[in-house]
Amino acid sequence: MQQVSTPSQTSLPLVKTHTRLAWVGQLFFIVLGLAVVYILGKNLISNPTLFANIFISGLQLGFVYAMIALGYTMVYGIVKLINFAHGDVFMVGAFVSYFAVTRFNLHQWPLAVFPAIPPMVGVVIGSISVIILSMLICIMLAVTIERVAYKPLRDAPRIAALITAIGVSFFLEYFGALNFVFSPRFIPYERPFEVVAWYIKGGIHQVVPGTQPPDGSITFSNILLIIMLASVLVQIFLQFLVKRTKIGVAMRAASYDKQAARLMGIDVDSVISFTFAIGAAFAGLGGVLYAIAYSSIWSQLGILPGLKAFVAAVLGGIGSIPGAFVGALIMGQAESMTMGYISTPMRDAVAFTILIIVLLIRPTGIFGEPEKEKA
Amino acid sequence: MELGFLIGSIVKILALLAYIYGILWVMAQPSRWVKAGGLVVAFGIVQLGLTKFGNIQILNSFDSGLLFQASAMTMVALGLNLIYGFNGQFSLGQWGFYGIGAYTAADITYRWVNGDARGFVVVAVGTILGAFILAGIGKLLKKIRGVPVMSAFTLYLIGSIAAGFVAVMAGKLLFPVFQPLLGTNLEPGILATGIPLQVVFFLAVILAGVFAAEISFLLGIPVLTLGSDYFGIATLGFTIVVNVLMVNSDTILPFPEMKGGRGMVGIPKLTTWFWAFFFMIVVIVIMRNILRSSTGRAIMSVREDETAAKAMGIDIAGSKLMSFVIGSLFAGMGGAIYAHFIGFLSPGSFDFLVGFNPLIIVVFGGLGSMTGTIAASFGWLFFLEGLLRVLLGQMGTEAPTWRYVLYPLTLLLLMLIRPQGLLGTVEWGFLKAKEVLVRQKPKPASTDTPAVQA
Repeated sequence: MQQVSTPSQTSLPLVKTHTRLAWVGQLFFIVLGLAVVYILGKNLISNPTLFANIFISGLQLGFVYAMIALGYTMVYGIVKLINFAHGDVFMVGAFVSYFAVTRFNLHQWPLAVFPAIPPMVGVVIGSISVIILSMLICIMLAVTIERVAYKPLRDAPRIAALITAIGVSFFLEYFGALNFVFSPRFIPYERPFEVVAWYIKGGIHQVVPGTQPPDGSITFSNILLIIMLASVLVQIFLQFLVKRTKIGVAMRAASYDKQAARLMGIDVDSVISFTFAIGAAFAGLGGVLYAIAYSSIWSQLGILPGLKAFVAAVLGGIGSIPGAFVGALIMGQAESMTMGYISTPMRDAVAFTILIIVLLIRPTGIFGEPEKEKA
Repeated sequence: MELGFLIGSIVKILALLAYIYGILWVMAQPSRWVKAGGLVVAFGIVQLGLTKFGNIQILNSFDSGLLFQASAMTMVALGLNLIYGFNGQFSLGQWGFYGIGAYTAADITYRWVNGDARGFVVVAVGTILGAFILAGIGKLLKKIRGVPVMSAFTLYLIGSIAAGFVAVMAGKLLFPVFQPLLGTNLEPGILATGIPLQVVFFLAVILAGVFAAEISFLLGIPVLTLGSDYFGIATLGFTIVVNVLMVNSDTILPFPEMKGGRGMVGIPKLTTWFWAFFFMIVVIVIMRNILRSSTGRAIMSVREDETAAKAMGIDIAGSKLMSFVIGSLFAGMGGAIYAHFIGFLSPGSFDFLVGFNPLIIVVFGGLGSMTGTIAASFGWLFFLEGLLRVLLGQMGTEAPTWRYVLYPLTLLLLMLIRPQGLLGTVEWGFLKAKEVLVRQKPKPASTDTPAVQA
């Protein structure tokens, strides 16, 4: 009685035999694509440095989305559940790091304990310990959610689990908005390290703090580099985990066929918990990096990045780890280009339009495997 | 004081449930005269409560606001129940259609009151022409077998754009005709008096519903081909897109009177208890009659098992599209009622987070139970507002947040303990399926099995 995992393109009146009018729909997409290419090309030619700056901000966004999208794609791959609460786990990660940095000065512990070490090393170790703390708390949160809310519904209809996920997500958002928790306001985030920015104009120069980079230069900061590094490391780690380790084999087996995996002696429940934990750890990491990059957090921070990361996962092919990465980069660019060339509020509209179009053209996504019927 | 308020709220909810039961009971009566009389009495009871006799008014303005909101919510939630509860398509787009309906109707009456009939003309011509064009293209496409979904969608889209263009041109041409009839604010013409305004309001509610339904038709053609939860996400995306367009309605869309994110003010408050009651009963009757017809049985069979339904010769795509369009029609009408009750529309009230409310109502009331949805809509609003007031006394501005903390928890508990909703598929009175008289089989002479009464 299990439903088909990928969206089926079967229901509306399309018989695959005659497709005389197929060109009408194709024309629609071709016109749409040409319009996008035209707008982007025109802007690239008229102002290349602006284009490059927008591209870089899109890159930053895309790498953050990539870290969130991994959690979505892995969880969906195994339990076929859109884990709405994932975005809120991301938010909790950002807040944990905020409390660790602002209230408890956790990022300064190496310098306080060992005053002899160079300050640079101290800041690095301190920041990493903040990140690890966030990841641990996110793991605990996600495993608790999975055990309490999702596990009892494992055999229920998929929509029941989805509604539960929405409920959990609401609970986290509004519980976080209470005054004694995170408060409903926007909170300025204090970075554990200084931002260093560079600009490219006839070579790479460092921007002097407190001044503007000269006109017509491409700027980037150490935050971008850190996010890219972290995201790529996470990718490599996950590839290794899923392809080379025993638990990775178990995960793949469970996502392929839970019953058979159980018969092979795999403890499917703990594999599912482990998947949630891994996803939550990267969401926590993403939350910290997002907060560092955009330096303002609030209790509903996770909703839209979470949904967009899900869109990215669908775009790349849900269940596929490199797919989530590529999809996230595309989503970041789409959003950044919209912000730069159309208008800022339209970015959400464009993100979801992309989702609808992808679901229509290729519901399995870029890296998705061709649809297969499951019993 | 707070305890008294709580008890009062509970009494009110119980009275409301009795009232709903009464309406449904009256409508189930066989005699037409009893039916009509009962409905008039049901209308009159609340109307009496709303009327002021000197200083005494049983239902104050707060309660009447709740009543109107609850009746608008009933329409929206019934529509969602048709889509999700009866047809099994998990839609999160209901709130977007609600917003479309609210803004459309508000634009019509706002412009009319300000001596500009173009809103009315454009929407009326556009929706009617659009309906004809969509039906025509549908007939045409039925003759050609195997048209891909996207091609059909593109044809429909081109047709709708053409209809919209004609409508705008009609508005431009007919504007000089209406201008002298409506007059200006200082010197109102013959059409600017009260009675045409009520007529315009009535038409605006229906046009808003039809407009939302046409948009849902366009959206539904491609999106309904997706599987269950992908459909939910795509419709959620639609709600977000609609909300973004509302925020940009004066910059990207050409509607300066909607004032974008600042919110549309000055909508005439035309919703009276008569209109709210009237449209709610109309929606209930339409939906009940659809569900008790062969169309409704087809819709429900799609929920139970698509493959089996297909094998029985049911047009699955058609039933899905039908339920989606009708559900959105109800949502648009509910939005129109809401807009003319509140008098102020802001994009914030059509945010997708608020859009989970009808879903929660439907799940609480019971998937596939109209009675449950109606009762949950009323009970939910009164309970919520009552709770809000009690909590407000104790924790100041945090009360709304606490409310939103409590009902996800309730939702979770409900999903874990009773996933079919409070009422399950129980129906009351009018909504109950008629008991079919089964022809009695002649009993065999020697029977030892106990007679089981079905």
